[in-house]
Amino acid sequence: MSIGTEPATKPAAPAEAATLELSTVSKWYGNVVAINDVSMRLGPGVTGLLGPNGAGKTTLLHMMAGMLAPSRGTVRIAGQPAWRNPDVYRYLGLVTERENVHGFLTAREFIRASAKLQRLPDVSAATQRALEMVDLVDAADRRIETYSKGMRQRARVAAALVHDPQVLLLDEPFNGMDPRQRMHMMDLLHRMASAGRTVLFSSHILEEVEQLSGTVQVIVAGRLAASGDYRKIRRLMTSRPHEFVLASSDDRALAVALMAEDSVAGVELTGGHASRGVPEGGIKVRASDYGRFTRALPRIAKERGIRLSAVVPADESLESVFSYLVGAK
Amino acid sequence: MSARTTVAPASGPRLFNPTIAGITLRGLLGRRRSLLLIPLPLVLIALSLLVRTGNVPTKDALQVVVTGLGVAVILPLTALIIGTSVLGSEIDDGTIVHILAKPVARREIVLTKYLIAAVVSGLVAGVSLLIAGTIVASVSVGVGFAVAGLIGAFVYSALFVLASLVIRRAVLVGLAYILLWEGLLGNVLDGTKVLSVQKYVSEFAATFSGSSLVHGPMSLILAIVMSAVLTVGALLIAVDRLRSFSMAGETS
Repeated sequence: MSIGTEPATKPAAPAEAATLELSTVSKWYGNVVAINDVSMRLGPGVTGLLGPNGAGKTTLLHMMAGMLAPSRGTVRIAGQPAWRNPDVYRYLGLVTERENVHGFLTAREFIRASAKLQRLPDVSAATQRALEMVDLVDAADRRIETYSKGMRQRARVAAALVHDPQVLLLDEPFNGMDPRQRMHMMDLLHRMASAGRTVLFSSHILEEVEQLSGTVQVIVAGRLAASGDYRKIRRLMTSRPHEFVLASSDDRALAVALMAEDSVAGVELTGGHASRGVPEGGIKVRASDYGRFTRALPRIAKERGIRLSAVVPADESLESVFSYLVGAK
Repeated sequence: MSARTTVAPASGPRLFNPTIAGITLRGLLGRRRSLLLIPLPLVLIALSLLVRTGNVPTKDALQVVVTGLGVAVILPLTALIIGTSVLGSEIDDGTIVHILAKPVARREIVLTKYLIAAVVSGLVAGVSLLIAGTIVASVSVGVGFAVAGLIGAFVYSALFVLASLVIRRAVLVGLAYILLWEGLLGNVLDGTKVLSVQKYVSEFAATFSGSSLVHGPMSLILAIVMSAVLTVGALLIAVDRLRSFSMAGETS
Protein backbone atom coordinates (compact mmCIF):
# COMPACT_ATOMS: atom_id res chain seq x y z
CA MET A 1 0.00 0.00 0.00
CA SER A 2 1.41 3.37 -0.85
CA ILE A 3 -0.24 5.96 1.29
CA GLY A 4 1.85 8.93 2.23
CA THR A 5 1.98 10.61 5.59
CA GLU A 6 0.87 14.02 4.45
CA PRO A 7 -0.46 16.57 6.94
CA ALA A 8 -4.15 16.31 7.56
CA THR A 9 -5.26 19.60 6.12
CA LYS A 10 -2.98 21.55 3.85
CA PRO A 11 0.52 20.56 2.78
CA ALA A 12 3.08 22.12 5.06
CA ALA A 13 5.60 24.52 3.64
CA PRO A 14 9.04 22.93 3.52
CA ALA A 15 10.40 25.30 6.15
CA GLU A 16 7.57 24.54 8.56
CA ALA A 17 8.49 21.76 10.97
CA ALA A 18 5.99 19.12 11.99
CA THR A 19 4.55 19.87 15.41
CA LEU A 20 4.67 16.22 16.40
CA GLU A 21 7.46 14.09 15.07
CA LEU A 22 8.45 10.51 15.84
CA SER A 23 11.56 9.11 14.26
CA THR A 24 12.20 5.36 14.40
CA VAL A 25 10.65 5.03 17.83
CA SER A 26 10.70 1.63 19.49
CA LYS A 27 9.78 0.57 22.99
CA TRP A 28 10.46 -2.77 24.53
CA TYR A 29 10.00 -4.26 27.98
CA GLY A 30 12.59 -7.00 28.42
CA ASN A 31 12.00 -9.32 25.49
CA VAL A 32 8.58 -7.95 24.66
CA VAL A 33 8.46 -5.37 21.90
CA ALA A 34 5.57 -2.97 22.51
CA ILE A 35 6.32 -0.46 19.75
CA ASN A 36 8.41 -1.38 16.76
CA ASP A 37 10.17 1.26 14.70
CA VAL A 38 7.39 3.80 14.29
CA SER A 39 8.02 7.06 12.44
CA MET A 40 5.46 9.74 11.76
CA ARG A 41 5.22 13.48 11.24
CA LEU A 42 1.99 15.21 12.09
CA GLY A 43 0.97 18.76 11.39
CA PRO A 44 -2.21 20.74 12.00
CA GLY A 45 -5.48 18.80 11.73
CA VAL A 46 -7.19 15.87 13.39
CA THR A 47 -5.47 12.51 13.18
CA GLY A 48 -6.88 9.25 14.47
CA LEU A 49 -4.54 6.70 16.02
CA LEU A 50 -6.41 3.53 15.26
CA GLY A 51 -5.71 0.00 16.38
CA PRO A 52 -7.10 -2.96 18.27
CA ASN A 53 -6.79 -3.16 22.04
CA GLY A 54 -3.26 -4.00 23.12
CA ALA A 55 -1.74 -2.81 19.84
CA GLY A 56 0.41 -0.23 21.60
CA LYS A 57 -1.64 2.94 21.11
CA THR A 58 -1.39 3.99 24.75
CA THR A 59 2.31 3.18 24.90
CA LEU A 60 2.85 5.32 21.81
CA LEU A 61 0.76 8.18 23.21
CA HIS A 62 2.64 8.09 26.50
CA MET A 63 5.92 8.37 24.61
CA MET A 64 4.52 11.27 22.57
CA ALA A 65 3.50 12.94 25.83
CA GLY A 66 6.94 12.57 27.40
CA MET A 67 5.60 10.21 30.02
CA LEU A 68 7.55 7.20 28.81
CA ALA A 69 11.10 6.90 27.51
CA PRO A 70 11.50 5.40 24.03
CA SER A 71 13.92 2.47 24.07
CA ARG A 72 15.18 3.77 20.73
CA GLY A 73 14.36 6.75 18.55
CA THR A 74 13.16 10.23 19.42
CA VAL A 75 9.87 12.03 19.94
CA ARG A 76 9.75 15.76 19.30
CA ILE A 77 6.97 18.19 20.11
CA ALA A 78 7.28 21.58 18.42
CA GLY A 79 10.90 20.72 17.74
CA GLN A 80 11.74 19.86 21.35
CA PRO A 81 12.47 16.41 22.75
CA ALA A 82 9.52 15.14 24.77
CA TRP A 83 11.36 12.95 27.28
CA ARG A 84 12.66 14.52 30.50
CA ASN A 85 11.71 17.96 29.26
CA PRO A 86 8.77 19.53 31.13
CA ASP A 87 8.99 22.59 28.84
CA VAL A 88 7.15 20.67 26.09
CA TYR A 89 3.96 20.94 28.13
CA ARG A 90 3.76 24.58 27.10
CA TYR A 91 2.92 23.28 23.63
CA LEU A 92 1.20 20.04 24.60
CA GLY A 93 -2.11 19.10 26.17
CA LEU A 94 -2.66 15.54 27.32
CA VAL A 95 -5.88 13.70 28.14
CA THR A 96 -5.04 10.23 29.40
CA GLU A 97 -7.34 7.24 29.34
CA ARG A 98 -7.13 6.82 33.09
CA GLU A 99 -9.75 9.21 34.27
CA ASN A 100 -8.74 9.95 37.83
CA VAL A 101 -8.82 13.58 38.85
CA HIS A 102 -8.50 15.30 42.19
CA GLY A 103 -12.18 14.71 42.98
CA PHE A 104 -12.25 17.12 45.91
CA LEU A 105 -11.75 20.04 43.54
CA THR A 106 -14.53 21.68 41.57
CA ALA A 107 -14.05 21.77 37.82
CA ARG A 108 -13.31 25.49 38.02
CA GLU A 109 -10.65 24.94 40.70
CA PHE A 110 -9.16 22.06 38.76
CA ILE A 111 -8.92 24.01 35.49
CA ARG A 112 -7.77 27.12 37.31
CA ALA A 113 -4.95 25.10 38.89
CA SER A 114 -3.94 23.95 35.41
CA ALA A 115 -3.94 27.55 34.18
CA LYS A 116 -1.79 28.62 37.13
CA LEU A 117 0.65 25.76 36.63
CA GLN A 118 0.90 26.84 32.98
CA ARG A 119 1.74 30.31 34.34
CA LEU A 120 -0.83 31.96 32.09
CA PRO A 121 -1.08 35.75 32.33
CA ASP A 122 -4.87 35.85 32.82
CA VAL A 123 -5.83 32.74 34.77
CA SER A 124 -9.51 33.59 35.27
CA ALA A 125 -10.17 34.38 31.61
CA ALA A 126 -8.39 31.23 30.44
CA THR A 127 -10.35 29.12 32.93
CA GLN A 128 -13.66 30.58 31.81
CA ARG A 129 -12.78 30.10 28.14
CA ALA A 130 -11.86 26.43 28.72
CA LEU A 131 -15.07 25.81 30.68
CA GLU A 132 -17.09 27.32 27.85
CA MET A 133 -15.28 25.27 25.24
CA VAL A 134 -16.35 22.01 26.88
CA ASP A 135 -19.79 23.31 27.84
CA LEU A 136 -19.25 22.86 31.56
CA VAL A 137 -19.99 26.36 32.86
CA ASP A 138 -23.21 25.42 34.66
CA ALA A 139 -21.61 22.62 36.66
CA ALA A 140 -18.25 24.35 37.11
CA ASP A 141 -18.64 24.96 40.83
CA ARG A 142 -19.56 21.41 41.76
CA ARG A 143 -16.98 18.95 43.02
CA ILE A 144 -15.67 16.71 40.25
CA GLU A 145 -16.37 13.59 42.31
CA THR A 146 -20.10 14.28 41.81
CA TYR A 147 -19.70 14.27 38.01
CA SER A 148 -20.75 11.63 35.51
CA LYS A 149 -18.06 9.93 33.49
CA GLY A 150 -18.67 12.16 30.48
CA MET A 151 -18.55 15.36 32.54
CA ARG A 152 -15.36 14.25 34.19
CA GLN A 153 -13.89 13.64 30.77
CA ARG A 154 -14.86 17.14 29.65
CA ALA A 155 -13.29 18.65 32.75
CA ARG A 156 -10.06 16.84 31.94
CA VAL A 157 -10.18 18.02 28.34
CA ALA A 158 -10.74 21.60 29.52
CA ALA A 159 -7.73 21.36 31.82
CA ALA A 160 -5.63 20.00 28.95
CA LEU A 161 -6.48 22.83 26.57
CA VAL A 162 -6.61 25.75 28.99
CA HIS A 163 -3.26 27.01 27.61
CA ASP A 164 -4.41 26.57 23.98
CA PRO A 165 -1.69 24.04 23.16
CA GLN A 166 -0.32 23.49 19.66
CA VAL A 167 -0.63 19.75 20.13
CA LEU A 168 -3.47 17.96 21.88
CA LEU A 169 -3.18 14.24 22.60
CA LEU A 170 -6.23 12.28 23.72
CA ASP A 171 -6.28 8.60 24.67
CA GLU A 172 -9.67 7.01 23.89
CA PRO A 173 -11.51 10.32 24.48
CA PHE A 174 -14.96 9.00 23.57
CA ASN A 175 -15.08 6.18 26.08
CA GLY A 176 -18.09 6.57 28.34
CA MET A 177 -19.60 9.48 26.42
CA ASP A 178 -23.19 9.50 25.26
CA PRO A 179 -23.89 10.35 21.59
CA ARG A 180 -24.59 14.02 22.29
CA GLN A 181 -21.39 14.47 24.31
CA ARG A 182 -19.56 12.61 21.58
CA MET A 183 -20.84 15.01 18.92
CA HIS A 184 -19.88 17.95 21.07
CA MET A 185 -16.39 16.61 21.61
CA MET A 186 -15.91 15.88 17.91
CA ASP A 187 -17.03 19.40 17.12
CA LEU A 188 -14.54 20.77 19.65
CA LEU A 189 -11.65 18.78 18.20
CA HIS A 190 -12.56 19.94 14.70
CA ARG A 191 -12.61 23.54 15.82
CA MET A 192 -9.15 23.15 17.36
CA ALA A 193 -7.90 21.56 14.16
CA SER A 194 -9.24 24.33 11.98
CA ALA A 195 -7.57 26.83 14.28
CA GLY A 196 -4.28 25.25 13.24
CA ARG A 197 -3.78 22.84 16.14
CA THR A 198 -2.47 19.31 15.86
CA VAL A 199 -5.00 16.95 17.42
CA LEU A 200 -4.25 13.25 17.81
CA PHE A 201 -6.71 10.88 19.42
CA SER A 202 -6.59 7.12 19.83
CA SER A 203 -9.47 4.78 19.30
CA HIS A 204 -10.20 1.14 18.68
CA ILE A 205 -13.55 1.95 17.08
CA LEU A 206 -13.51 2.47 13.33
CA GLU A 207 -16.65 4.55 13.23
CA GLU A 208 -15.25 7.15 15.63
CA VAL A 209 -12.28 7.65 13.40
CA GLU A 210 -14.47 7.74 10.33
CA GLN A 211 -16.60 10.56 11.71
CA LEU A 212 -13.79 12.64 13.06
CA SER A 213 -10.72 12.33 11.06
CA GLY A 214 -9.45 12.55 7.54
CA THR A 215 -6.09 11.11 8.43
CA VAL A 216 -5.35 7.96 10.34
CA GLN A 217 -2.35 6.15 11.68
CA VAL A 218 -3.14 2.47 12.09
CA ILE A 219 -1.17 0.60 14.74
CA VAL A 220 -1.22 -3.18 14.82
CA ALA A 221 0.97 -5.22 17.17
CA GLY A 222 3.25 -2.26 17.83
CA ARG A 223 3.88 -1.44 14.17
CA LEU A 224 2.57 1.33 11.99
CA ALA A 225 0.42 -0.76 9.65
CA ALA A 226 -1.00 2.03 7.54
CA SER A 227 -1.07 5.78 7.55
CA GLY A 228 -2.68 8.44 5.50
CA ASP A 229 -6.10 9.32 4.21
CA TYR A 230 -8.92 7.51 5.96
CA ARG A 231 -10.98 6.89 2.81
CA LYS A 232 -8.19 4.98 1.09
CA ILE A 233 -7.74 2.77 4.10
CA ARG A 234 -11.45 2.29 4.47
CA ARG A 235 -11.71 1.21 0.83
CA LEU A 236 -8.98 -1.31 1.44
CA MET A 237 -10.85 -2.60 4.45
CA THR A 238 -14.18 -3.01 2.66
CA SER A 239 -12.67 -4.66 -0.40
CA ARG A 240 -11.01 -7.41 1.61
CA PRO A 241 -12.57 -10.90 1.38
CA HIS A 242 -15.11 -11.74 4.05
CA GLU A 243 -15.69 -15.19 5.42
CA PHE A 244 -19.06 -16.59 6.44
CA VAL A 245 -20.03 -19.92 7.91
CA LEU A 246 -23.44 -21.09 6.69
CA ALA A 247 -25.67 -23.97 7.63
CA SER A 248 -28.67 -24.98 5.57
CA SER A 249 -31.08 -27.74 4.75
CA ASP A 250 -28.91 -28.74 1.74
CA ASP A 251 -25.31 -27.59 2.09
CA ARG A 252 -24.06 -29.20 -1.10
CA ALA A 253 -26.73 -27.69 -3.34
CA LEU A 254 -26.17 -24.29 -1.74
CA ALA A 255 -22.43 -24.58 -2.32
CA VAL A 256 -22.97 -25.30 -6.01
CA ALA A 257 -25.31 -22.34 -6.39
CA LEU A 258 -22.98 -19.99 -4.54
CA MET A 259 -19.99 -20.91 -6.72
CA ALA A 260 -21.86 -19.46 -9.68
CA GLU A 261 -22.00 -16.06 -8.00
CA ASP A 262 -19.48 -13.35 -8.92
CA SER A 263 -19.28 -12.09 -5.38
CA VAL A 264 -18.10 -15.48 -4.09
CA ALA A 265 -14.41 -16.26 -4.21
CA GLY A 266 -14.47 -19.69 -2.66
CA VAL A 267 -16.69 -22.30 -1.01
CA GLU A 268 -15.68 -25.12 1.27
CA LEU A 269 -17.78 -27.92 2.68
CA THR A 270 -16.68 -28.03 6.26
CA GLY A 271 -18.80 -30.85 7.64
CA GLY A 272 -17.75 -29.38 10.93
CA HIS A 273 -19.04 -30.05 14.39
CA ALA A 274 -21.67 -27.94 16.01
CA SER A 275 -20.18 -24.78 17.43
CA ARG A 276 -20.92 -21.06 17.95
CA GLY A 277 -24.53 -21.43 16.99
CA VAL A 278 -23.64 -23.28 13.79
CA PRO A 279 -25.22 -26.72 13.56
CA GLU A 280 -23.34 -29.78 12.35
CA GLY A 281 -22.35 -29.75 8.70
CA GLY A 282 -22.14 -26.32 7.12
CA ILE A 283 -20.10 -24.55 4.48
CA LYS A 284 -17.53 -21.84 4.62
CA VAL A 285 -17.88 -19.09 2.01
CA ARG A 286 -15.29 -16.52 1.07
CA ALA A 287 -17.04 -13.46 -0.34
CA SER A 288 -15.02 -10.98 -2.36
CA ASP A 289 -17.75 -8.35 -2.15
CA TYR A 290 -19.50 -8.08 1.16
CA GLY A 291 -22.48 -6.05 0.00
CA ARG A 292 -23.32 -8.05 -3.11
CA PHE A 293 -22.88 -11.37 -1.37
CA THR A 294 -25.17 -10.52 1.51
CA ARG A 295 -27.87 -9.46 -0.95
CA ALA A 296 -27.40 -12.51 -3.17
CA LEU A 297 -27.49 -15.15 -0.44
CA PRO A 298 -31.17 -14.94 0.56
CA ARG A 299 -32.20 -14.73 -3.10
CA ILE A 300 -30.27 -17.90 -3.99
CA ALA A 301 -31.63 -19.79 -1.01
CA LYS A 302 -35.16 -18.81 -1.92
CA GLU A 303 -34.79 -19.76 -5.56
CA ARG A 304 -33.46 -23.21 -4.70
CA GLY A 305 -35.86 -23.82 -1.87
CA ILE A 306 -32.99 -24.18 0.59
CA ARG A 307 -33.63 -23.19 4.18
CA LEU A 308 -30.76 -21.29 5.82
CA SER A 309 -30.38 -22.12 9.51
CA ALA A 310 -27.24 -20.10 10.27
CA VAL A 311 -25.24 -17.28 8.72
CA VAL A 312 -22.24 -16.38 10.85
CA PRO A 313 -19.60 -13.89 9.73
CA ALA A 314 -16.32 -15.58 10.60
CA ASP A 315 -13.86 -12.75 10.76
CA GLU A 316 -15.67 -9.54 11.56
CA SER A 317 -13.55 -8.72 14.56
CA LEU A 318 -11.55 -5.53 14.34
CA GLU A 319 -8.40 -7.52 14.90
CA SER A 320 -8.93 -9.42 11.68
CA VAL A 321 -9.56 -6.18 9.81
CA PHE A 322 -6.31 -4.84 11.15
CA SER A 323 -4.33 -7.97 10.48
CA TYR A 324 -5.65 -7.91 6.94
CA LEU A 325 -4.26 -4.40 6.65
CA VAL A 326 -0.89 -5.56 7.90
CA GLY A 327 -0.87 -8.33 5.32
CA ALA A 328 -1.81 -5.88 2.60
CA LYS A 329 1.04 -3.53 3.37
CA MET B 1 -0.34 36.28 45.84
CA SER B 2 2.08 39.19 46.23
CA ALA B 3 3.14 41.40 43.36
CA ARG B 4 6.67 40.18 43.78
CA THR B 5 5.67 36.64 42.86
CA THR B 6 4.03 37.72 39.63
CA VAL B 7 7.00 39.69 38.39
CA ALA B 8 9.51 36.98 39.28
CA PRO B 9 11.37 35.85 36.15
CA ALA B 10 9.75 32.72 34.72
CA SER B 11 13.11 31.10 34.10
CA GLY B 12 14.45 31.61 37.62
CA PRO B 13 14.73 28.54 39.81
CA ARG B 14 11.57 28.11 41.85
CA LEU B 15 11.55 25.87 44.86
CA PHE B 16 7.96 26.16 45.98
CA ASN B 17 4.68 26.20 44.08
CA PRO B 18 1.63 27.49 45.97
CA THR B 19 -0.84 25.83 43.55
CA ILE B 20 0.69 22.40 44.04
CA ALA B 21 0.97 23.03 47.77
CA GLY B 22 -2.75 23.85 47.99
CA ILE B 23 -3.82 20.74 46.10
CA THR B 24 -1.43 18.57 48.10
CA LEU B 25 -2.64 19.91 51.42
CA ARG B 26 -6.32 19.48 50.53
CA GLY B 27 -5.67 15.98 49.26
CA LEU B 28 -3.71 15.11 52.38
CA LEU B 29 -6.30 16.33 54.85
CA GLY B 30 -9.15 14.79 52.89
CA ARG B 31 -7.64 11.34 52.78
CA ARG B 32 -8.97 8.68 55.13
CA ARG B 33 -5.45 7.58 55.95
CA SER B 34 -4.87 10.93 57.65
CA LEU B 35 -7.40 10.02 60.33
CA LEU B 36 -4.68 7.74 61.70
CA LEU B 37 -2.85 10.89 62.72
CA ILE B 38 -5.39 11.72 65.42
CA PRO B 39 -5.06 8.77 67.85
CA LEU B 40 -1.24 8.65 67.79
CA PRO B 41 -0.59 11.93 69.67
CA LEU B 42 -3.52 11.26 72.00
CA VAL B 43 -1.98 7.95 73.11
CA LEU B 44 1.33 9.71 73.79
CA ILE B 45 -0.29 12.45 75.86
CA ALA B 46 -2.45 9.97 77.78
CA LEU B 47 0.57 7.83 78.65
CA SER B 48 2.54 10.90 79.71
CA LEU B 49 -0.26 11.86 82.10
CA LEU B 50 -0.33 8.30 83.40
CA VAL B 51 3.39 8.13 84.24
CA ARG B 52 3.20 11.64 85.68
CA THR B 53 0.48 10.70 88.15
CA GLY B 54 2.14 7.33 88.86
CA ASN B 55 5.32 7.05 90.85
CA VAL B 56 7.70 6.72 87.93
CA PRO B 57 11.08 8.51 88.11
CA THR B 58 11.25 11.37 85.57
CA LYS B 59 14.34 9.96 83.86
CA ASP B 60 12.67 6.60 83.24
CA ALA B 61 9.43 8.25 82.14
CA LEU B 62 11.31 10.34 79.59
CA GLN B 63 13.20 7.29 78.38
CA VAL B 64 10.21 5.01 78.02
CA VAL B 65 7.35 7.32 77.05
CA VAL B 66 8.75 10.42 75.34
CA THR B 67 11.74 8.79 73.64
CA GLY B 68 10.47 5.19 73.45
CA LEU B 69 7.02 6.04 72.17
CA GLY B 70 7.16 9.66 70.99
CA VAL B 71 10.50 9.74 69.19
CA ALA B 72 10.74 6.08 68.22
CA VAL B 73 7.15 5.41 67.12
CA ILE B 74 4.88 8.46 66.81
CA LEU B 75 7.32 10.72 64.95
CA PRO B 76 8.36 8.19 62.27
CA LEU B 77 4.83 6.81 61.85
CA THR B 78 3.42 10.30 61.35
CA ALA B 79 6.13 11.12 58.85
CA LEU B 80 5.53 7.79 57.08
CA ILE B 81 1.79 8.28 56.73
CA ILE B 82 2.17 11.83 55.45
CA GLY B 83 5.39 11.39 53.48
CA THR B 84 4.03 8.50 51.44
CA SER B 85 0.73 10.33 50.87
CA VAL B 86 1.84 13.63 49.34
CA LEU B 87 3.29 12.08 46.19
CA GLY B 88 2.77 8.33 46.48
CA SER B 89 -1.03 8.46 46.66
CA GLU B 90 -1.19 10.64 43.56
CA ILE B 91 1.08 8.23 41.72
CA ASP B 92 -1.09 5.29 42.81
CA ASP B 93 -4.37 6.83 41.67
CA GLY B 94 -2.94 8.48 38.55
CA THR B 95 -3.80 12.07 39.47
CA ILE B 96 -0.09 12.96 39.45
CA VAL B 97 -0.32 13.17 35.65
CA HIS B 98 -2.29 16.41 35.90
CA ILE B 99 0.62 17.99 37.72
CA LEU B 100 3.37 16.35 35.68
CA ALA B 101 1.87 17.39 32.32
CA LYS B 102 2.70 21.00 33.07
CA PRO B 103 5.82 23.05 32.37
CA VAL B 104 6.84 22.92 36.02
CA ALA B 105 10.37 21.89 37.03
CA ARG B 106 10.37 18.51 38.72
CA ARG B 107 12.48 19.97 41.50
CA GLU B 108 9.71 22.44 42.24
CA ILE B 109 7.13 19.62 42.47
CA VAL B 110 9.26 17.42 44.73
CA LEU B 111 10.35 20.23 47.04
CA THR B 112 6.81 21.62 47.40
CA LYS B 113 5.40 18.23 48.28
CA TYR B 114 8.32 17.50 50.57
CA LEU B 115 7.87 20.79 52.37
CA ILE B 116 4.18 20.12 52.95
CA ALA B 117 4.96 16.62 54.27
CA ALA B 118 7.77 17.81 56.54
CA VAL B 119 5.89 20.78 57.97
CA VAL B 120 2.65 18.89 58.62
CA SER B 121 4.35 15.88 60.22
CA GLY B 122 6.74 18.20 62.07
CA LEU B 123 3.77 20.08 63.49
CA VAL B 124 1.86 16.95 64.51
CA ALA B 125 4.88 15.20 66.04
CA GLY B 126 6.46 18.38 67.40
CA VAL B 127 3.34 19.52 69.26
CA SER B 128 2.82 16.00 70.65
CA LEU B 129 6.40 15.86 71.89
CA LEU B 130 6.17 19.38 73.33
CA ILE B 131 3.10 18.44 75.39
CA ALA B 132 4.48 15.03 76.41
CA GLY B 133 7.90 16.41 77.39
CA THR B 134 6.29 19.24 79.38
CA ILE B 135 3.97 16.88 81.23
CA VAL B 136 6.66 14.34 82.08
CA ALA B 137 9.54 16.73 82.88
CA SER B 138 9.49 20.46 82.15
CA VAL B 139 8.76 23.04 79.46
CA SER B 140 12.42 23.25 78.43
CA VAL B 141 12.59 19.48 78.00
CA GLY B 142 9.35 19.64 76.03
CA VAL B 143 10.74 22.35 73.76
CA GLY B 144 13.96 20.36 73.28
CA PHE B 145 12.03 17.29 72.15
CA ALA B 146 9.72 19.38 69.96
CA VAL B 147 12.60 21.02 68.08
CA ALA B 148 14.35 17.66 67.72
CA GLY B 149 11.09 16.14 66.44
CA LEU B 150 10.69 18.95 63.92
CA ILE B 151 14.17 18.33 62.54
CA GLY B 152 13.51 14.59 62.54
CA ALA B 153 10.32 15.17 60.53
CA PHE B 154 12.35 16.92 57.82
CA VAL B 155 14.77 13.98 57.59
CA TYR B 156 12.12 11.25 57.69
CA SER B 157 9.92 13.05 55.17
CA ALA B 158 12.73 13.24 52.61
CA LEU B 159 13.29 9.49 52.96
CA PHE B 160 9.61 8.56 52.77
CA VAL B 161 8.82 10.88 49.85
CA LEU B 162 11.68 9.22 47.96
CA ALA B 163 10.47 5.76 49.02
CA SER B 164 6.99 6.48 47.66
CA LEU B 165 8.53 7.40 44.32
CA VAL B 166 10.76 4.38 43.88
CA ILE B 167 9.03 1.56 45.79
CA ARG B 168 5.57 0.27 45.11
CA ARG B 169 4.95 -0.79 48.71
CA ALA B 170 6.59 2.19 50.33
CA VAL B 171 4.44 2.08 53.48
CA LEU B 172 5.44 -1.52 54.22
CA VAL B 173 9.11 -0.85 53.56
CA GLY B 174 8.93 2.26 55.74
CA LEU B 175 7.30 0.28 58.54
CA ALA B 176 10.02 -2.36 58.29
CA TYR B 177 12.66 0.36 58.53
CA ILE B 178 11.03 1.94 61.57
CA LEU B 179 10.22 -1.26 63.45
CA LEU B 180 13.01 -3.65 62.44
CA TRP B 181 16.01 -1.47 61.66
CA GLU B 182 15.51 1.40 64.09
CA GLY B 183 13.36 -0.37 66.67
CA LEU B 184 14.90 -3.82 66.90
CA LEU B 185 18.44 -3.69 65.50
CA GLY B 186 18.98 -0.16 66.77
CA ASN B 187 18.78 -1.42 70.32
CA VAL B 188 20.87 -4.55 69.72
CA LEU B 189 23.61 -3.50 67.33
CA ASP B 190 25.33 -0.27 68.23
CA GLY B 191 26.68 0.21 64.69
CA THR B 192 23.21 0.73 63.19
CA LYS B 193 22.83 4.10 64.91
CA VAL B 194 24.83 5.82 62.17
CA LEU B 195 21.91 5.08 59.85
CA SER B 196 19.11 5.60 62.34
CA VAL B 197 17.15 8.84 62.19
CA GLN B 198 15.68 7.96 65.59
CA LYS B 199 19.16 8.15 67.12
CA TYR B 200 19.83 11.54 65.51
CA VAL B 201 16.58 12.86 66.96
CA SER B 202 17.47 11.51 70.42
CA GLU B 203 20.82 13.27 70.16
CA PHE B 204 19.17 16.54 69.12
CA ALA B 205 16.65 16.20 71.98
CA ALA B 206 19.47 15.77 74.48
CA THR B 207 21.26 18.81 73.09
CA PHE B 208 18.26 21.13 72.85
CA SER B 209 16.63 20.20 76.16
CA GLY B 210 19.87 20.93 78.00
CA SER B 211 18.76 18.54 80.72
CA SER B 212 20.94 15.94 82.41
CA LEU B 213 17.91 13.66 82.39
CA VAL B 214 18.18 13.11 78.62
CA HIS B 215 21.22 11.33 77.22
CA GLY B 216 22.26 11.47 73.59
CA PRO B 217 23.35 8.22 71.95
CA MET B 218 25.94 9.60 69.54
CA SER B 219 28.07 12.62 68.68
CA LEU B 220 26.12 15.76 67.77
CA ILE B 221 28.32 16.48 64.76
CA LEU B 222 27.67 13.03 63.34
CA ALA B 223 23.93 13.44 63.87
CA ILE B 224 23.93 16.81 62.06
CA VAL B 225 26.06 15.59 59.17
CA MET B 226 24.09 12.37 58.69
CA SER B 227 20.74 14.19 58.85
CA ALA B 228 21.90 16.66 56.21
CA VAL B 229 23.38 13.98 53.96
CA LEU B 230 20.29 11.75 54.08
CA THR B 231 17.87 14.63 53.52
CA VAL B 232 19.71 16.27 50.63
CA GLY B 233 20.64 12.93 49.06
CA ALA B 234 17.07 11.59 49.21
CA LEU B 235 15.66 14.78 47.69
CA LEU B 236 18.21 14.86 44.87
CA ILE B 237 17.39 11.26 43.96
CA ALA B 238 13.66 11.96 44.22
CA VAL B 239 13.90 14.91 41.79
CA ASP B 240 15.85 12.79 39.34
CA ARG B 241 13.36 9.90 39.63
CA LEU B 242 10.41 12.21 39.02
CA ARG B 243 12.10 13.56 35.88
CA SER B 244 12.06 10.02 34.53
CA PHE B 245 8.54 9.28 35.71
CA SER B 246 7.02 6.65 33.43
CA MET B 247 3.36 5.95 33.01
CA ALA B 248 2.27 2.35 32.71
CA GLY B 249 1.24 1.28 29.24
CA GLU B 250 -1.85 -0.63 28.26
CA THR B 251 -3.01 -3.03 30.89
CA SER B 252 -5.12 -5.28 28.67
